Formats: sequence, structure tokens, C-alpha cells
Amino acid sequence: MNTNSLTSTEKTIYALRSLYESYGYSQYKMSKFEEYDLYVRNKSFLLSDNIIAFTDTTGKLMALKPDVTLSIVKHSGERESGVRRVYYNENVYRVPRGGFAFKEIMQSGLECIGEIDDYNVCEVLMLAAKSLAEISDDFVLDISHLGVVSAIIDSMELSEETKGRLITAIGEKNAQGIDAACACIDADEGEIGILKSLVSMKGGCDEMLRILEGSKAYSLAEGFAAIIKVLWASFGDKVRIDFSVVDDMRYYTGIVFKGFVRGIPTSVLSGGRYDKLMERMGKRSGAIGFAVYLDLLDMLEIAEDEYDADVFLQYGDDASLEDIVMAADEMIKSGKKVVSGRVKPEKLRVREILEI
Amino acid sequence: MEYLNIALPKGRLGEKVYAMFEAAGFECPSIREDNRKLTFENEEKGIRYFWVKPSDVAIYVERGAADIGVAGKDILLEYSPDVYELLDLNIGKCRVAVAAPNSFKDNPKRALRVATKFANIAKSHYTKKGREIDIIHLNGSIELAPILSLSDVIVDIVETGRTLKENGLEVVEDIIPISARLIANKASTKFKGEMIEKIRQGLYEETKK
Repeated sequence: MNTNSLTSTEKTIYALRSLYESYGYSQYKMSKFEEYDLYVRNKSFLLSDNIIAFTDTTGKLMALKPDVTLSIVKHSGERESGVRRVYYNENVYRVPRGGFAFKEIMQSGLECIGEIDDYNVCEVLMLAAKSLAEISDDFVLDISHLGVVSAIIDSMELSEETKGRLITAIGEKNAQGIDAACACIDADEGEIGILKSLVSMKGGCDEMLRILEGSKAYSLAEGFAAIIKVLWASFGDKVRIDFSVVDDMRYYTGIVFKGFVRGIPTSVLSGGRYDKLMERMGKRSGAIGFAVYLDLLDMLEIAEDEYDADVFLQYGDDASLEDIVMAADEMIKSGKKVVSGRVKPEKLRVREILEI
Repeated sequence: MEYLNIALPKGRLGEKVYAMFEAAGFECPSIREDNRKLTFENEEKGIRYFWVKPSDVAIYVERGAADIGVAGKDILLEYSPDVYELLDLNIGKCRVAVAAPNSFKDNPKRALRVATKFANIAKSHYTKKGREIDIIHLNGSIELAPILSLSDVIVDIVETGRTLKENGLEVVEDIIPISARLIANKASTKFKGEMIEKIRQGLYEETKK
């Protein structure tokens, strides 16, 4: 197959499939539809509240899938023995952030479900970094550990409202917002200082461990540092510790991460460890995974080709049908893109015009 | 050359904001020239400024057309853009407040009619209080709504309270203090982080003067 004519999104899909299969992940195919009830029960896990719902032939309320992870978890066993590795390449239907209408969004990703250990976490993070590298050499994978953040926040004994404000400020890297959220409570200055230092830190594991020295989160941070160091050996400073990556703590535990590539203004990859989601859905396994938002890759294709075709084959009334077909065929066989016609369309950009 | 794009809010606040950037060492002399240009560049510093409607700054930054920008906290609370909020510039200080005619008395037997352009801030404020409201979304001249009985109260920006007073209205409740904030696109912070941090640090020093 000639892959030259594939768009970069299509090439990425092929590359990701091959990458995930090489690590023993098998493809998970699913229906476009899912019971609406699944999403109502886990609405805050979804990126968008809006769901396309319809009644099926038996009167059951169904939805066009706005998310893939919930379906994979729903259909996984109550307790997975060993580790189950799946990847997917599916369309989901939701209103993008800041958007006004539903969109069909192509999403790739993988889930690792079962008795998750540090190797599995490391493997998923490596695959996240490699997925970004397939999209662009110029990428950054930001990783945080929600266990570290929540160990500090929990020790502050905050109301749910204050906790919410604090987590929002952490997500915004907003040091003054952290102060403001804690202003009306009797919080320990030391813990507020730790949170502010974590959010603004620019260094690596040593800086993180220095900030957390003596805190309840120190041992968790040591385990986190061990994983980060392995990733640095392969990806250097493209992998960064960033505690402003915060996801909903009702679903996520432990490591969470987001990936960025130069040229796209939002994260193109997002994932994390979601043991609490498993628990909420009655499963006793651990799980970690991520999604790659392939629809965003269109933004990298703005630098479009200079020409629409290599040749415009212009024929007149005296050219025979056989001659036109043969001439076009010969040029196509030699690898050229050919458009044939009597008159070149005004807006068609071609390298050369050949008359026959 | 790759510039750092900076969205400034048009108007009085924007002038003050630019003066802070200038004092912090990120000047762009052409911005002070009287011309019809839309963007202003300082090639040596690698920065490009442009003026946009204050309520649009957050959109330019969230979508990456601007790497950083300055927006009021009211806009950030209302639209919750997915951006980093790096610094409170301590200028453009005002508050979002509930205001009503001097004769206003809340009738808890019916929903309170609230005219505002900050529907989300108003909703969140009254949800916390457990008060049922009917939001009337307006884009301007909010003060007119209670005068013409379109609403019982308004939720709006209050700076000195003079406009309210001149129209027979008064603040009945403060909701939240507001000031201008330096915001940054999340992806830009990964790839142009050094420059963004230099600017943040420079502006931080200015806020202390």
C-alpha cells in the first residue's frame, strides 16, 4: 500500500496500532451504542455532560458512546486475574470543550486492567510517551501523582467546597489562588507552602523529594520518583513532573498525566490510574489507561501541500478517449497525481499543464 | 522567528497592563504609535502584542492564538477557560456584586429575577444560598433591568458604585472581588515556558512596587 497519500492522522492511527500490539495489547472493538444509564451514573467522569440519547426497538434508552473507558470497564470481569491489555480506535460523540454542537471524535487509546504493579504503570507511561513521539518529536508528557496531592490535602481537613477551590487553583498553577482558597480556614502554613512549591516546581525528582521531606506523602513520592527516573532514561526532559495535572479524585488515584505536542494548543493525550472508577463500578481490579485525541491532529496539517496535483492533463476535441486514458495512466504509474479535463479549473494548483 | 503572542484587553485596563509589561522590560514602542495596525512586534525581545475585546482574551489564550494574556477574574469565573492563572496583577480592582433599587425587599415566596451578563457566577452564588432564581441574560445596560421591572436585582461589576447610585440602585451583597490576572495557554507553557516565566517574574516584581 502506498502510505504517502495518507494524512498524518491516518499514519498516526497505523503507527499507534502497531506500537500497542508490539507490547501485547489486543484490539477491543465495541458497539457504537451503550445503555444510557451507564453514563448517568458516571456523568462527572465524562469530558462533556451532553450525550446523544435515543430509544432502541425494545424501548430501552440508549446513547451514542461519549466515552470508551466506561464501556471497557463495564464489560471487564469483576476481578481480572493477571493483567488484561486492550487498545481501541473508536469514534465517540460529544460536545467538545467550548463547542456548541456534537462532534464525532476519533479516539485511540489503551487500558491495562487487573493486578496492576509498578511495571504496568511504567509500561503505560512509556506507551503514552511513545504515542506522543509518533505524533511529533517535539512533545511533553506531564505527570502528576494524585496520591501525593490528596495525602497533603486530606491532612488539612477541609470542607468539600474549600477542597474544590483548592484543587481548581492547583490545576491553574495559581499560587495566589491556593492562598485565597485556604484564607478562611485554619490551615497549616507548612502544607499550603508544600502545595505551592509542588505546583510551581520546575526541577526533577530531587526537588520534589526535598519539598516533601517529612510529609505524609514522602513514601508515595519516592515510588513516583523511581518510575519517573526510568522514563527519563528513555525520554529525557520531554517527561516532566507537573502537579498541576489534576483529575477528578472521585475516579482517579495515583498517577495522572497529560501529553502535549508543539502546534496544538490543548493536551492531545490524557490518562491516569482509575482504581476508584473500578470500585464504583463494582470491580475489584486496578486499572490505568489513556486516550489520544486524534481529531486534534488536524491542526498539524495546516501547512498544506503547495499543489493539488502534479499534472493537469488538458485534452481537446481531437484527442481520442484511449489516448487520454493511456496518458493519464502512464503518469499515475510513475507516481504523479493527475487531474484531466478540457479546461483547468481556476483554483486548481498544479506543477505543470500537459496538452494532448 | 517564533514570537510569544500576548493578548491585551482593549481599553483603559489594557493601557495600564501594557505599562506594566513595558516597565518589566517587555516594551514594544510601536504600540504607542497612532496607526491602524492590529499587531505590534518587538523582534529583539521576540514578543508580539495585540488588543482584543476584554471578554475575548481568555478565548484567544485557551485556543492558543495568544500564548499569554491578561483577563479579569470575572471573565475567568464566568467562562472557566482551561488555562493557567499565573499571577494576580492587582490592577483593575472591582467586585461582582448584587445590586437592587433602594426600595428592594426580597420576597422569598417567588423566584428572584436576576439580570446579569454573568449567568454562571450568579447561578453559583444563589445555588450556594439555596435561593431559587430566574436568570435574565443581558449583554449591556444591566442597570436598566430593575428600573423597568425586568428584574428584581442585578449581578454586575461594581467599581465605585457611582452608576448605581445615579440610577437609584445600591449594592445589597458583594459576591467576589475582581482584578486582572495573567493567564497562559497550557500547551504554550510547555514549549515557551522560559519566556513566559520571565514575563511572570517581571510582572510579579511590578506588582510589588
